[in-house]
Amino acid sequence: MDYSFALQQLVYGLTVGCLYGLLAIGYSMVYGVLRLINFAHGDLLMVSAYIGFFGIVIFHLPWPVSFAGAIALTALLGILIDRGAYKPIRKSPRINALITAIGVSFLLENVALVTIGGRPKSFPTPGFVSGAIVVGDVSIPTLSVWVFVVTVVLLTLCMAVVKKTRIGIAMRALSRDMETVMLMGVDKDRVISFTFALGSALAAAGGIMWCMKYPAVEPFMGVIPGLKAFVAAVLGGIGSISGAAMGGMILGLAEVFIVAVQPEWSGYRDAVAFFLMIVILLTRPTGIMGERLPD
Amino acid sequence: MLQIEDLQVSYGGIRALKGVSLEVGAKEIVTLLGSNGAGKSTTVRVISGLVIAQAGNIRFEGKNIKNLPPHKIQRHGLVHIPEGRKVFANLTIKENLLMGAYYTRAKSELSRLFDRVYDTFPILSSRSQQLAGTLSGGEQQMLAIGRALMSKPRLLIMDEPSLGLAPMVVADVFRIVEKIRDEGVTIFLIEQNANAALRIANYAFLLENGVISLEGPGYELLTNPKVKQAYLGGVSE
Repeated sequence: MDYSFALQQLVYGLTVGCLYGLLAIGYSMVYGVLRLINFAHGDLLMVSAYIGFFGIVIFHLPWPVSFAGAIALTALLGILIDRGAYKPIRKSPRINALITAIGVSFLLENVALVTIGGRPKSFPTPGFVSGAIVVGDVSIPTLSVWVFVVTVVLLTLCMAVVKKTRIGIAMRALSRDMETVMLMGVDKDRVISFTFALGSALAAAGGIMWCMKYPAVEPFMGVIPGLKAFVAAVLGGIGSISGAAMGGMILGLAEVFIVAVQPEWSGYRDAVAFFLMIVILLTRPTGIMGERLPD
Repeated sequence: MLQIEDLQVSYGGIRALKGVSLEVGAKEIVTLLGSNGAGKSTTVRVISGLVIAQAGNIRFEGKNIKNLPPHKIQRHGLVHIPEGRKVFANLTIKENLLMGAYYTRAKSELSRLFDRVYDTFPILSSRSQQLAGTLSGGEQQMLAIGRALMSKPRLLIMDEPSLGLAPMVVADVFRIVEKIRDEGVTIFLIEQNANAALRIANYAFLLENGVISLEGPGYELLTNPKVKQAYLGGVSE
């Protein structure tokens, strides 16, 4: 594998990695606060994609409006999912919440299937992401630059919110001790809603960019990215935001490089993620950045 | 200031409180004594809304607060320091204190609260950027008290503040409890350490098997033969 070929693969890997990372952060934050694997999280990518698609194709809204609308509405849906499905069973055993999450995921997918139909819709590509920047033998798609910049900006913002703001401090406190947070006068449901909104907004941004890269919108498009993002979150250490981002990058790079080195394995691309998850669960179950919980 | 009448609580078929009535007067230290499992913690957990009561009344400054959600009760000025301190180990000391003042937005008010807590507990000031998990048990108790003071309590419930602390630190904690009372905050103190608690308490209640079996001024219970025998180690002086 020569130098420029490796660099080219690095560009591809990072692009996919950013998208996995954006999606993984939501998994990780919700798990951190509620100890819940929100299996409906991947489907938010699909919801966001449809909202973006309808905004542009049906309502002829400008790109930024459509993009922002998809993020806002998906964040709202994240809050509604929590309030409607998870909050009523907050005090039940964790397995109930997990099964509910799988139910919500099927619900979203099938509502989309019934109302919109299963035929993939072709997502329009905006002009500003087409083309590529060529540096020597390496071609960097403009879209990759956008994905990378948007991811870095959103990740930085998200980490600043969690580190610096009051609600971010409350999120971290809630991840350790919900009862004492309540005794501080904090309405825990507002903190939980905020967590869902933030995670869902990141998933929505990832969803729109996903569609620019793989422009087919269909009801089950969130399933595989959702599972991969879950793997990324576990890989990085579920509960950790930087871990989720890092897990996403590692996963994206691993997938791209395995296929680059062994093209005949390309059919096993999706298996890479699950193989990595098995390895991490056997060797370091808390993930790369994860800390041992006193559970 | 706080009136409790005929409070009844059951968990999973077991009656933990069978009709507890007590009163906490303003600007006093009132202590609730009792052995393990008598229902002391349950009593305070009901007051602060963590546990739901089946029957009875809880009034704070004349308002009915029974079965309100904990965050609403706290915002009435009734602040509960839970048993075992429960500082947020993964947050810094400053962030822990900030959680106590979650709804205080005004910068000047916030810095006044920080100053007051740092004055009372200088150790917290010098370590404000350190993670709370790195503090010793006694320092964590100071932080838990400091965090509660950030909420501007009018009534402070302290559940076993001396639990697991070295005797010298226990003495410090009780001195601070008296100091807070002298600053005008009412204190409802739950203690296993009956001797120390009765020495500073204006009034005391004894809880046995889910009912109040004895009450009186602190010094009176200190000399009561029954209390002496069962709760003060039975040493005759």
